[in-house]
Amino acid sequence: MYVAVKGGEKAIDAAHRLLGEERRGNPDIPEITTTQIGEQLTLAVDRVMTEGSLYDRELAAVAIKQARGDLIEAIFLIRASRTTLPRYGYSTPIETSDMLIRRRISAAFKDMPGGQILGPTFDYTHRLLEFEASETPAAPVETGPADLDRTMPRVLDLIGAEGLIEAASSTSGEPGDLTREPLAFPADRDLRLQSLVRGDEGFLLALGYSTQRGYGRSHPFAGEIRYGEVAVSFTPEELGFEIEIGAIDITECEMINQFKGSAGVPPQFTRGYGLSFGQCERKAMSMALVDRALRVRELDEEQTAPAQDEEFVLSHADNVQATGFVEHLKLPHYVDFQAELELLRRLRREAQGLDQEAAE
Amino acid sequence: MTTGYNFAYLNEQTKRMIRRALLKAVAIPGYQVPFASREMPMPYGWGTGGVQVTASILTPGDTLKVIDQGADDTTNAVSIRKFFVRTAGVATTEETEKASIIQTRHRVPEASLREDQILVYQVPIPEPLRFLEPRETETRKMHALEEYGIMHVKLYEDIARHGHIATAYAYPAKVNGRYVFDPSPIPKFDNPKLDDCAALQLFGAGREKRIYAVPPYTKVTSLDFEDHPFSVQKWEEPCALCGSTTTYLDEIILDDKGKRMFVCSDTDHCRKAQEKAA
Repeated sequence: MYVAVKGGEKAIDAAHRLLGEERRGNPDIPEITTTQIGEQLTLAVDRVMTEGSLYDRELAAVAIKQARGDLIEAIFLIRASRTTLPRYGYSTPIETSDMLIRRRISAAFKDMPGGQILGPTFDYTHRLLEFEASETPAAPVETGPADLDRTMPRVLDLIGAEGLIEAASSTSGEPGDLTREPLAFPADRDLRLQSLVRGDEGFLLALGYSTQRGYGRSHPFAGEIRYGEVAVSFTPEELGFEIEIGAIDITECEMINQFKGSAGVPPQFTRGYGLSFGQCERKAMSMALVDRALRVRELDEEQTAPAQDEEFVLSHADNVQATGFVEHLKLPHYVDFQAELELLRRLRREAQGLDQEAAE
Repeated sequence: MTTGYNFAYLNEQTKRMIRRALLKAVAIPGYQVPFASREMPMPYGWGTGGVQVTASILTPGDTLKVIDQGADDTTNAVSIRKFFVRTAGVATTEETEKASIIQTRHRVPEASLREDQILVYQVPIPEPLRFLEPRETETRKMHALEEYGIMHVKLYEDIARHGHIATAYAYPAKVNGRYVFDPSPIPKFDNPKLDDCAALQLFGAGREKRIYAVPPYTKVTSLDFEDHPFSVQKWEEPCALCGSTTTYLDEIILDDKGKRMFVCSDTDHCRKAQEKAA
């Protein structure tokens, strides 16, 4: 007997209640607070803010908790919330050379003005599980030298003076806005960078890695990676002058890449640029590699690898889009499946009929 | 109704942007208009394009019907209907005749639509040429030049290989003699309903950021060849519930011995037919 697939609404409600229960876990264990997430899972918060395109530590922490730690789900929550926010205008460009440095390293120079500042990093840790880590109250770290407070020149500006490296491109006119105009191809670098900064860390990591392994190789050096606080300013139309409205933590990565030169341009170093909210260092580095790889048109290079193919990279970098389309396969498709069944049965019937004719 | 959000979730600037895209789409039937699709509170692939179109055209006086696979009670249809009840407080219905706006995924209702109705389709891949040419830069050129040769070659190769055009859903059609378009993954059974339809038909693809339209009473011609004319699916048995022989049927597997039955995919139409028979 045919049982109608009724009661969808009740089932959905029940499933959501069950989700709430699972999210809470064992009620005998204290509930995690969003303050704890904001303070102790900072890199998760940083990633959700970066790929969610919204700088708000508290909202990101709420999203991570609500998403049960699924960061792509949390990014999605932040993006959906972002849709409803009114837009007052654009901030003036942040000035990363005025950054209050917490970490600043260059792999291209042994030392440079301002020095190498390691800051908080996993880089030289031994990856040994520290079973007692959560129990031990960390001893307060001695405060760094006083000159950490002063701003440091950017490494690429130091060699830029010699003309060895191309000038940082400043496109004339207003940059585009990916969130207000759909991306069209070919895309200029402003839109490519916007697309990459909100792109999935894992996807960009793999693409960046592929360029290192020879698929669109660009011989990179980590010219500088800096992490710290920068001021954000805004010029309200009615005031007509700039006011500082806050400060954000960001990571900036400038890659130095080899370039053999082309018909019109002598050999010089070129740049790849990466930026993220918080300390998403892996993301900023991957982004810089992919940014450089995507500059094939501009630098008149031959496009041979996936990481150099902007339609391929930019159309598939957004994890909210990707996860939506992949996971939508869970939705019912029985009408189309029925159409395929009908077609396949007919084709097979005919093929068998033909086979019989041939046998006779 | 949930407060704290604008009527139908989207803010007015966003709606205005979408309405402008809709007007352009109506003015150039079948042309894919790029629009600045927003992240919605449901995932891409769940009908964010259709939801944004519906949100932009919805007024408090509207009666909304939402179907998925032809049915009002499939999980995603329920979820989208609830979303508009929560954010817009509009009346909803399961009856095709009573709806002023119908949002659909994968089906066109069996009952003919009227001039005072709008059908909103959820579209996953708006580009009919995408699987023949993945690059947007190329397909845009092909549309501009009305260069649809590769599509005809594909259909021809189907016939050469299988004796039939092996496309059972999302069957390409030409709108108003100009643009080849993707009618969304409706079964080709539904393609004839798009032709000369009294209702306005709007198509929203959220992830791909495209909107297109078929205005009322517009010619929609499914692609075919003179010697291989377009034809639709047929079933050997009628609907097991209402006895219809003219509707699209879903196959229901009843046991593990291959026993199955066929029932109408359009649940509202089937229920009405059963009531009429009783």
